Amino acid sequence: MAKITLDKIAHSYLPYPKTDADFALKEIDHVWEDGGAYALLGPSGCGKTTLLNIISGLLVPSLGNLLFDKQDVTHLAPEQRNIAEVFQFPVVYDTMTVAENLAFPLVNRRIPRDEITKRVSAALDMLDLTDKANRKAQGLTADEKQKISLGRGLVRYDVNAILFDEPLTVIDPHMKWQLRTELKALHRRFGHTMIYVTHDQTEALTFADKVVVMYEGEVVQIGTPEELFDDPAHTFVGYFIGSPGMNVLPCDVAGDKLTLGGREITLGRRYPKMSGKTEVGVRPEFVRLAPAGQGAAGGLPITVTAVEDIGRFKIVRAQLQGHSFDAVLPEGSEVPAEASAVVDPARLKIYHDSHLVRGTA
Amino acid sequence: MDKTPNNKAWFMVLPVVVLVAITAIIPLMTVVNYSVQDTFGQNQFFWAGTVWFEEVLASERFHDALLRNLAFSGIILAIEIPLGIAVALAMPRKGLWVPVCLILMALPLLIPWNVVGTIWQVFGRADIGLLGYFLASIGVDYNYAQNAFDAWATVIVMDVWHWTSLVVLLCYAGLVSIPEAYYQAARIDGASRWKVFRYIQLPKMNRVLLIAVLLRFMDSFMIYTEPFVVTGGGPGNSTTFLSIDLVKLAIGQFDLGPAAAMSLIYFLIILLLSWVFYTVMTNYGADKNPAGGGQ
Repeated sequence: MAKITLDKIAHSYLPYPKTDADFALKEIDHVWEDGGAYALLGPSGCGKTTLLNIISGLLVPSLGNLLFDKQDVTHLAPEQRNIAEVFQFPVVYDTMTVAENLAFPLVNRRIPRDEITKRVSAALDMLDLTDKANRKAQGLTADEKQKISLGRGLVRYDVNAILFDEPLTVIDPHMKWQLRTELKALHRRFGHTMIYVTHDQTEALTFADKVVVMYEGEVVQIGTPEELFDDPAHTFVGYFIGSPGMNVLPCDVAGDKLTLGGREITLGRRYPKMSGKTEVGVRPEFVRLAPAGQGAAGGLPITVTAVEDIGRFKIVRAQLQGHSFDAVLPEGSEVPAEASAVVDPARLKIYHDSHLVRGTA
Repeated sequence: MDKTPNNKAWFMVLPVVVLVAITAIIPLMTVVNYSVQDTFGQNQFFWAGTVWFEEVLASERFHDALLRNLAFSGIILAIEIPLGIAVALAMPRKGLWVPVCLILMALPLLIPWNVVGTIWQVFGRADIGLLGYFLASIGVDYNYAQNAFDAWATVIVMDVWHWTSLVVLLCYAGLVSIPEAYYQAARIDGASRWKVFRYIQLPKMNRVLLIAVLLRFMDSFMIYTEPFVVTGGGPGNSTTFLSIDLVKLAIGQFDLGPAAAMSLIYFLIILLLSWVFYTVMTNYGADKNPAGGGQ
């Protein structure tokens, strides 16, 4: 178990990167705590796998250094880094039994036999595989195979980190919850540093203490699930986290006045003068509907296009000046035929060139 | 919903039955027909029962040819399978050299059997052949027409040259289908090169190796053209394999009854041995303890 330091790491697949766009992974400078559960979240091609491969040792970053505790491991091969990895598709040694699979990394490291037996039976117990110990790994289901992959990391007590590369891709939906819960429980019990790559926000938010959201090669926000929801640092985080995602609309901001949809709203904070793209974001969960013309300052004039009733709540799809604008209403609330949207100014987030601007009180 | 019993669907398999009857069943039955009858020409046949089978099974000539064939197939498998695996492992997985290697490997497979035989027949001659001349000039007394060992060595080297490529290509196909994650996992688990081969590559090649072993066994057990062209079954009878003997019996001596009986026995031996290979190789590595059980 180790603290992982990403010291100004950046990577380009081109031999001589010149501009920012040449980098598949733009500079990241961060320290990941020992024993933390981190999720790298982002769409395909955002650089999350590149970052994982840099940590696992399959890639050497173009720039920067990687440290496990105080040791510089930037140029070490995967086998020298003392890490474990669970891959997207289950990797098991087909001809070995479950117990032999778990013993394999220990046998290779010449651990004494009775110690191996002890650790393997402990791992079998942890993973609830004891009754399958003597079966060939080949005939097991995908989720059991993934558990074996994880088990090969768990038997090594001294691993610096356990890496997961979209490990639930091939698992049946009803098993995903269970595996994730087991994983979370194992993390709480043993405190391994875990890094989990996924493009599924539910997986990331339920697994991780800290979610690292990546977009186009850049880490746009690192935060707890709550921070990502309440305070998205980038419009992409707003879109990507939450279902439906954040409403983001172009607007004008001058001082503490926001002009949107022909209405002027007074914000609680003052903002500097901004040139370029200025947008306002608000989570659909914080939008309320009132009959047209009512509410503070008359509300925002919206046109409701559809209402999706999904049981516990209603999703109202609407248009505001040609941009889509959603609202999530509690169960049983009425949707007025001619509606206007009412929002709490404290919940409005201002973005300049997609990045959050906090303003001053 | 009630189902109407209806057997019309059997008509759907009729075309296949007709086709297989023409290509396999009818010729095979002709052979069966000859094997239990005797003839003196003029299309007159007499019932002979199992006489020809008994005669063939008791004949020393058949035993010798069978033993030679078993030895030949054994040697061929023992050389070509490990050699094929080794070459496949050494081939590049990506880059410019992949197509070059694949074409080089495929070349021998494109050459017809009798041409291969002719090539080696000339190649091995001491007077005009490159190999024969070279061996003679460094003082090796090599003559496949007179020395039984030389004749065997020639036929074996020729078959290895001609057919190892097949094993290589099959193994290579098995190797490239292994996902990269397996190798990464093995590195992380600290596995040695040998263990990567033993626990990842060999198990993943199991199926293609089964095909390779079956094909090479059946082909080598039925070998005819190359020894016929190069040695003609000699010197003496030293390279007279079952197929060569069979042709001598059927066409050389026109003993249709014994030849037909021998064909059937020959066919059954190949079938039996192929079944043995198949059973052994598919059961290898199967789950012997499916009920599980604790440690």
